[in-house]
Amino acid sequence: MNDQQGAAATGSNAMIRKLVFSSLGLALLISSGISFHRSRHRAEAVVLSEGVTEVRRLSDYHDCVAGSVNDCNVYIIDSGKPGATMFIMGGSHPEEPAGRLAAWLLAENAVMEEGRLILVLSANRSASTVTRVGGAYPPDFTIPTSWGGQLFRLGDRWSNPLDQWPDPEVYIHYPSRQNLAYVDIRNLNRTWPGRANGTLTERTCYAFMELIRQEKVDIFIDLHEAELQYPVINTIVMHERGEELATFTSMMLSDMEFNIGTENSPKNLHGLSHREVGDNSDAISLLFEAPEPFLDATRGRTTREQLLTGIDEFVVKAGEHGLLFERIDENGWPIDVRVGRHTSTILMTMEMWTELNPDRPLACRSVPRYADVIRNGTGHYLRDPAGADPGRVVYE
Amino acid sequence: MGILMTIITVIYYLLIAAVCLILITNLIRERKWEKEILYIVVLMPFLLRLLRLK
Ligand SMILES: [Zn+2]
Repeated sequence: MNDQQGAAATGSNAMIRKLVFSSLGLALLISSGISFHRSRHRAEAVVLSEGVTEVRRLSDYHDCVAGSVNDCNVYIIDSGKPGATMFIMGGSHPEEPAGRLAAWLLAENAVMEEGRLILVLSANRSASTVTRVGGAYPPDFTIPTSWGGQLFRLGDRWSNPLDQWPDPEVYIHYPSRQNLAYVDIRNLNRTWPGRANGTLTERTCYAFMELIRQEKVDIFIDLHEAELQYPVINTIVMHERGEELATFTSMMLSDMEFNIGTENSPKNLHGLSHREVGDNSDAISLLFEAPEPFLDATRGRTTREQLLTGIDEFVVKAGEHGLLFERIDENGWPIDVRVGRHTSTILMTMEMWTELNPDRPLACRSVPRYADVIRNGTGHYLRDPAGADPGRVVYE
Repeated sequence: MGILMTIITVIYYLLIAAVCLILITNLIRERKWEKEILYIVVLMPFLLRLLRLK
């Protein structure tokens, strides 16, 4: 074989090798692409509670979100009797699933006997369609039910970069001009009160502010979860106008069901719902935090199991070294405990509101409390869309 | 603001397409197999974004 033949052989070998590598790469691209596309477009069923009187869209309150991925469903549960209006928001941070699930249980079970309840399950729908880039998050999780189980998108803390991009070097909050981390321009709980001509996340907050003003909301509740290394955990963060209500709620819950504290919403920390909703509307603004070891930086494997059991030996280890703001042991923080904390805190807030404002009551039935959710599991309160009247099933 | 964001986003996607082209050209010219794998791995997130999958 002469030099020319040798070079040609090497060249064709190299080409075959490149083709083999490229095909492997393509296979990886296709399989991951299908997974990403599926979780971005997966529909989650909501079987409406008999109490739901109307399902509206966020764009009904302001057209700045019309046609966007964040034009979410707004569930209205109207008792038809006079009373106050409470607005509960799940999915500000979709990767804090207890917040979405607690709102889900309300949408599928709650019946109001006095006053009105407004629910949102996917406040930042865009964020619910993506998982943390490079974070190896599972795309979804299943809550076991007697009819097989219901699949939910896991989502992320920030709006999907496919829906809002690029991020700035520094995020300057509107209207306070406070400087925040660049990525938080896609964080729904950093863009309140929003603006009608801003980014998708700002427009979403603006439309929610319009909802709160137009529906004359009295109490606004934003449902979250936090890592155990975060000091604001197992607590009610309260706007100053909600101090009395939150303090009574926390005292009663700590006495009767579980320990929960209160935190004042800092006056100079802008963009958060507990500050801006209270400052920019007549509503009392509260934010509930439950513990989610899945979010802890010291966690072990980032799996569906860890998300739902809240069991993690590495987070326990961090606790042994005094690095956590909440206790954790080998029993973890199961999803039922976290969801139950939220439903009970909501119900207790309604009860305390009614004590403080007997002329504008709130009364709700058929919603499980903390002990019920732990005893029966979250899935017990999720309803099978296959067995429901199709006219009473909507999709998130 | 909306129009500015749209213009920047279009430029951003054009840049990603350019990076993809450069990476593919380098992959074709490359002689070491280790580096070929590297180009393919690096290419992956750019293609996923260009195709608006992640
Ligand atoms: Zn949160």
